[in-house]
Amino acid sequence: MKKKILIVDDDMDYLFQMRMKVEQMGFETITAESQAEAEKVIQEIKPDLCILDLMMESDDSGFILSYKIKRKYPDVPVIIATAVTAETGMTFDVHADENTQWINADLFLDKGIRFDQLQREIKKLLKL
Amino acid sequence: MATYKVLIIDDEPGIREGTKRILQNFKVDYPFMDEQIDFQVLEAGTGKSGIEIIDRELPEILLLDNKLPDIQGVEVLEYVKSKHYDIIVVMITSYASLELAVKATRDGAFDFIPKPFTPQEIRASVENITKQIFLKRMTQTLNNTGKQIRFQFLSVLSHELKAPLNAIDGYLKMIKDRQFGNNVDAYEEMLDRSMERIKGMRQLILDLLDLTKIETGKPTQKLEKVNIRKIIQMAVDTIRPYAIQKDVDLYINSREEIQMKADAGEIEIIMNNLISNAVKYNKPGGRVDVFLEKKDGQLKITVSDTGIGLKNEDQEKIFDDFVRIKSSQTREVTGSGLGLSIVKKIVDMYQGNIEVQSEPDKGTSFIITLIEPEA
Repeated sequence: MKKKILIVDDDMDYLFQMRMKVEQMGFETITAESQAEAEKVIQEIKPDLCILDLMMESDDSGFILSYKIKRKYPDVPVIIATAVTAETGMTFDVHADENTQWINADLFLDKGIRFDQLQREIKKLLKL
Repeated sequence: MATYKVLIIDDEPGIREGTKRILQNFKVDYPFMDEQIDFQVLEAGTGKSGIEIIDRELPEILLLDNKLPDIQGVEVLEYVKSKHYDIIVVMITSYASLELAVKATRDGAFDFIPKPFTPQEIRASVENITKQIFLKRMTQTLNNTGKQIRFQFLSVLSHELKAPLNAIDGYLKMIKDRQFGNNVDAYEEMLDRSMERIKGMRQLILDLLDLTKIETGKPTQKLEKVNIRKIIQMAVDTIRPYAIQKDVDLYINSREEIQMKADAGEIEIIMNNLISNAVKYNKPGGRVDVFLEKKDGQLKITVSDTGIGLKNEDQEKIFDDFVRIKSSQTREVTGSGLGLSIVKKIVDMYQGNIEVQSEPDKGTSFIITLIEPEA
């Protein structure tokens, strides 16, 4: 059976393109355009992996969503895709920084990431 | 309430005790800032022990006798200067020679109090210094928050500029790779979306130019009698093609020619923003009504639409930079999120007011009042 990947982003174009890429990799996709919509989705469906935008309704929507997903499904890997790191020079280290521990995401990726890199990261997290 | 530390270095215990008493219950008020400052007095009998206290406590104010048993007062002053401590130093001295005064002033002494001094002299000097420190700190805080706001603005701006570029870039790559075959029709929607994002970016750049004009402020403001109705008519004519496309009707509900002293460019920016929003967030078959009236030097313009409306909690946010209300109804609408913040800034320049009344699904009215500038 195909693995289900939940993609959440409030930029409809980015969401469409990400969906296309991920489907080409051979996965099934579910999409949501906001933190609120994604929260509804995870009540019904357990995805195999999530790719979340950071800034949606609020500047930290992706963090909160990650926290909630991990609380409900601790074994589901979460990737936070953000353009924030490159622009502001802010860096996140998923494992080291105590302030980001609660977010519990498995990986932070820059939004400009190449297709093959993304595919490699997804496969690694899904242990394929 | 803030407490500033005052260190007195003097070898005479009586002077130290007296100063302590004078400053113990002394308070400096800043009524208009809602701030009151009192003092904690520290004391040292020698220059060296004084320096120890300075290093440890970093007092705000130093009252310094020049004639000390071990090192000279001016040497303490030199030390403070060499360490770049932010301490205001007052020299207390019974025989202030001109030479000493010159040297001390050059090394940063702020004031001289002759010995013997009256309680009033100490209080006056300390009050003066306190106010200076307080204002300096206030300015620093303001500068820092100003810088912070600027930084936030730039990082959000770069995000807003990069998002459409990424989207267009992504579509172009998909088209280049012929991901949906060789038939051009398959790419129609991607091309449309790319053009929509370009349009959004162009709008962002135009809004930024408006914002720059406002922020550089007064020098470019050109006040003259302008015909407000004519400006509104121009804005309506500019937006009309877009309104036709969206099936929205535009009406100006005033025949009167209303004149007001204003900068025509600024009124134009306000009207273009309000009317284009009223069309953008409208429904097919909807309408936009503009009302205007002038009474007692006050101009009131109302722009009402029959559009999607705003939730209560969103009404407070819309005047901030880069705020866009996201919902399924607005997902395909492009905008910079700067329009209303620009309008608000201009309205503030006219000591005016902007108000929003709205009901979700029924429509929104923006009511602005502008006060005609004097002279």
